[in-house]
Amino acid sequence: MNLLGSLFSSSLGRKFLMAATGLVLFGFVTGHLLGNLQVFLPPEKINAYGHMLESLGAGLWLIRLFLLACVVIHVWLAIQLTLENRAARPQDYGVTHTNRATLASRVMARTGLVVLAFILFHLAHFTVRIGHPQWSEHTFTLLNGTKVRDIHTMMVQGFSNVGVSVFYIIAVGLLSYHLAHGIVSMLQTLGLKNEKWTLGLERFAVAYCWGYFLLNAAIPVAVLGGLVKLHA
Amino acid sequence: MVAPTTKKLFSVTLRVWRQAGPAQPGHFVDYPAANVNPDMSFLELLDVVNDGITKDGGEPIAFAHDCREGICGTCSCTINGKPHGPGQGIATCQLYMRSFADGDTIVVEPFRARAFPIQKDLVTDRSAFDQIQQAGGFISVRTGAAPDANSIPVPKEDADLAMDAAACIGCGACVAACKNASAMLFVAAKVSHLGLMPQGQPERDKRVFAMVQTMDAAGFGNCTNQYECSAVCPKTITHDFIARLNRDYLGALFRAKFKPVSNAAGGGGS
Repeated sequence: MNLLGSLFSSSLGRKFLMAATGLVLFGFVTGHLLGNLQVFLPPEKINAYGHMLESLGAGLWLIRLFLLACVVIHVWLAIQLTLENRAARPQDYGVTHTNRATLASRVMARTGLVVLAFILFHLAHFTVRIGHPQWSEHTFTLLNGTKVRDIHTMMVQGFSNVGVSVFYIIAVGLLSYHLAHGIVSMLQTLGLKNEKWTLGLERFAVAYCWGYFLLNAAIPVAVLGGLVKLHA
Repeated sequence: MVAPTTKKLFSVTLRVWRQAGPAQPGHFVDYPAANVNPDMSFLELLDVVNDGITKDGGEPIAFAHDCREGICGTCSCTINGKPHGPGQGIATCQLYMRSFADGDTIVVEPFRARAFPIQKDLVTDRSAFDQIQQAGGFISVRTGAAPDANSIPVPKEDADLAMDAAACIGCGACVAACKNASAMLFVAAKVSHLGLMPQGQPERDKRVFAMVQTMDAAGFGNCTNQYECSAVCPKTITHDFIARLNRDYLGALFRAKFKPVSNAAGGGGS
């Protein structure tokens, strides 16, 4: 049996791809958060970190393309599977009853769509910097004398816009909620879960999601609250 | 002392889905039921209501039932939105009217899924399950007669686990309860039941492919790990079997990919 063909055509194969791409993206958002938290350190740190990433050159583009492929597969299969799931019950029940499906699990498509919209906005805002050409020009001189792009200033100016910050907080909130089901669900799909450690896993997921949300939200809140300021 | 035998009788209203045939539109019809004995099973109440309908010259409510002791998997009503009604680990035939209160309106619907087309009223065609079984729910080795059972050692834990999976009566409640009308719990139980036994090993990979493929072709939805299935299973089969099915399928995919090709495939010889 053709491996790739089965992965992309069977119900279980597509779910594995959902879980595997989800795992990659989960790893990415975790790393991305840890990188961003450097905004609370002196500006030198985050600017040097950004410079390190940008100087990966072709490597950075490989990583970006890989992440993009994961997002495309994750979203495309989610749409496909969701449409199939709706078609599998053409007539709804007169009485809707839920035994134990969590709210987070029932709104995955909706939270996912908002997160997708946010990713597009976020890339246009901070990566392509549409409408903010000055962010590509601000430079910062590292202690070793290298002139690098000033990411610290970009973040502070970007989050000084209340609308941007509110959208950011809503999006990371919904992403956390998406992960509340996603983390546990992907291990079940990969077959790496049983009753014995489900409770521990669920607790980890809840703790992770709260931590992820609060730490992410802390960045715009700190900027708006004046805790993280433009550097001299 | 002799326990009192007379029970307080009560009244309920049954709101039943009536549909004349597969392609006909359906609708709910209310049937008041008085003098309900709390020790009646739900199916007995349907019998009594049907007697009344028949006496009045109406068409009785069609509902599927057979053994009425929870082992055949034929009865299939969705009661107040929950397959097999309130309670845990029971089929509709094991649901007693004492689970309801005087004056209740009880909504009775068929199992709803594209793969289970409604035939009439509460009766659905669940032959999609038979097709899945025929695709791989069997073994082709001779297991001998009862005394031979001990000739193949089976670890006790495996036997217990296989028995848990084998408890599936194929009623379809898992599909009916699933938000996506997915048949994963059924397929997981059938695949695990044989896959956990030594006799099931020769066809293990073939079985999981064939059963999943047949499941997909039948128009069931996809599992989203919400575990509505195991919550309503009359045999309380756990969704851990679904994780096992996922693991088995993924393993089979990779094993198939990297399996060496035997010389015999070319007819043997040179």
